[in-house]
Amino acid sequence: MPTTLHKVACIICAHASQGGALRPNTPDLPVSLDKVQVQHIAALARLRVADDEIAETVDKLSRIVDFVAQLSQAATDDVVPMAHPLNQVQRPRPDRITESNDRDRIQSNAPAISDGFYLVPKVLE
Amino acid sequence: MSASSRDLHAQPLTQLAAGLSRGDFSALELTQALLARIERHNGSLNAFVTVTVDEALAAAKRADADRAAGKGGVLNGLPIVHKDIFCTRDVLTTCGSRMLENFVSPYDATVVERLADAGAIMLGKSNMDEFAMGSSSETSYFGPVRNPWDTERSPGGSSGGSSAAVAARLVPAATGTDTGGSIRQPAALTGTTGLKPTYGRVSRYGMIAFASSLDQAGVITRSAGDAALLLGVMAGFDERDSTSVDRPVPDYVAGLAGSLKGVRVGVVRQHFDAGLDEHCAAAVREALAVLESQGAILTEVDLPNLDLSVPTYYVVAPAECSSNLSRFDGVRFGHRADDPEDLMDLYCRSRGEGFGAEVKRRIMTGTYVLSAGYYDAYYLKAQQVRQLISDDFRHAFADVDVIAGPTAPTPAFKLGDKTDDPVTMYLNDIYTIGANLAGLPGISVPCGFVDGLPVGLHLVGPHFAEESLLCCAHQYQQLTDWHEQCPGDYR
Repeated sequence: MPTTLHKVACIICAHASQGGALRPNTPDLPVSLDKVQVQHIAALARLRVADDEIAETVDKLSRIVDFVAQLSQAATDDVVPMAHPLNQVQRPRPDRITESNDRDRIQSNAPAISDGFYLVPKVLE
Repeated sequence: MSASSRDLHAQPLTQLAAGLSRGDFSALELTQALLARIERHNGSLNAFVTVTVDEALAAAKRADADRAAGKGGVLNGLPIVHKDIFCTRDVLTTCGSRMLENFVSPYDATVVERLADAGAIMLGKSNMDEFAMGSSSETSYFGPVRNPWDTERSPGGSSGGSSAAVAARLVPAATGTDTGGSIRQPAALTGTTGLKPTYGRVSRYGMIAFASSLDQAGVITRSAGDAALLLGVMAGFDERDSTSVDRPVPDYVAGLAGSLKGVRVGVVRQHFDAGLDEHCAAAVREALAVLESQGAILTEVDLPNLDLSVPTYYVVAPAECSSNLSRFDGVRFGHRADDPEDLMDLYCRSRGEGFGAEVKRRIMTGTYVLSAGYYDAYYLKAQQVRQLISDDFRHAFADVDVIAGPTAPTPAFKLGDKTDDPVTMYLNDIYTIGANLAGLPGISVPCGFVDGLPVGLHLVGPHFAEESLLCCAHQYQQLTDWHEQCPGDYR
């Protein structure tokens, strides 16, 4: 049975009432995650993690978080964060049309369309 | 089939180019010979997701017609395989994922377009770790790729289909992508040559994005000379990639003729610490001695933050992946779950079903390190350490022209050996990840064997030093024949 939005929301609420799902925890970063945290992260990432995948996901994500937490030991005072390897600036381009409308071709990959529109479940009641 | 075309699979790209131009065989004969080889051997390797038989035969006929008319580009009639991360017009482009199991690209990646315009013939799309997330090619939805040197072992990853196909002589060259070592590590594990150019040197347009500040396209070939031939076609400015660098493309093939005399080669003290297999270390040291014997000057250098490169990468790359992969929503293209209850259910189940376990872990790791309260502690911190790592390389390159060391800590490992603990798998890229964080070019060349399995020598240069890297690698390959070894079952 799928996890619905309601269920996800309930998980977030329940955890928030316990003092916050993802309580900032610096300088000592958490070295493991629990099931509720993982479900919260999955909800933020719009991923359903099946019930039989949860335990393994908690275990492996905890190992990863534990591993990357060693970064906290690095001395980085006054180090400018590096976002990009070549420190490039974004290049503007001339404001002219370069592509033609290729809607039918592009929509041939869509799971569900109608009259050139993408179909999704009803959003507004 | 003529006598000369029976062993076409054994010839590297440069030799095939000469044979085609002499008229020893036609592009059609060559294509047919390799398609037959793929048909015969792919079952044991699973190196291909798609074999484009009809397209390849049609392109080969065009190449022969062009040649007869005195036309055709520098790669006219030469076969190539594209990693299935490159969009190929009207051909399935899966990225090794169930999410894109049925995705037929409406356009060509720039790399695909440029190689095709130069006359290269695409034989198919190679298998890979799902969305290039892995170091073993085991996370593919289409099953693991096997190493032709020992089919119980991994060919490395994520470009493992490309490395296995080239190593087994199913194709003389293949494209790959390298975000943390995904060209160089599989090249090392299969005895092939793998080049990752400088960030921005080759266009990322049409290359399905994993971590956009790290991703770079390159090639896996039989020799540095072949890599030089292909890079000359692939490299160069592309206005469709906002991070493409606008600077002239040197004649890489002409650059191969340089010498090792006086080249300052940095040997990283930390590379030979615990963690590196002692037999691999011996092979690498022997390779360094070969460079020295030709006049290269070996100098010890420090990369003091080397140990932090893997944890830095596993914050930066997942953060970028969690953003990039948000486009897969089950609405416009890709996998869609059946009977969604509402839009949120559609998103969550389509993504939950469409992505495999490792991809989901990376998306969640990225989501976590970018989430409220954790951004500074993880993401900003990782960006700062990335700066330190980049500075380490800058300092090292003040004293040396190239850094040489091992590509991977061990030879090819057994399938399943590293799948229980993701961190164990991640550490396989310890020697390659730094070049991605700093945006530097790197190449892996075969430098020996341990228990019948190939070992790679890794060369890294300053930004846009591909010409000198390829020259060093080529000169090394003039003195050694490790790159000419072929796995016994695939001769």
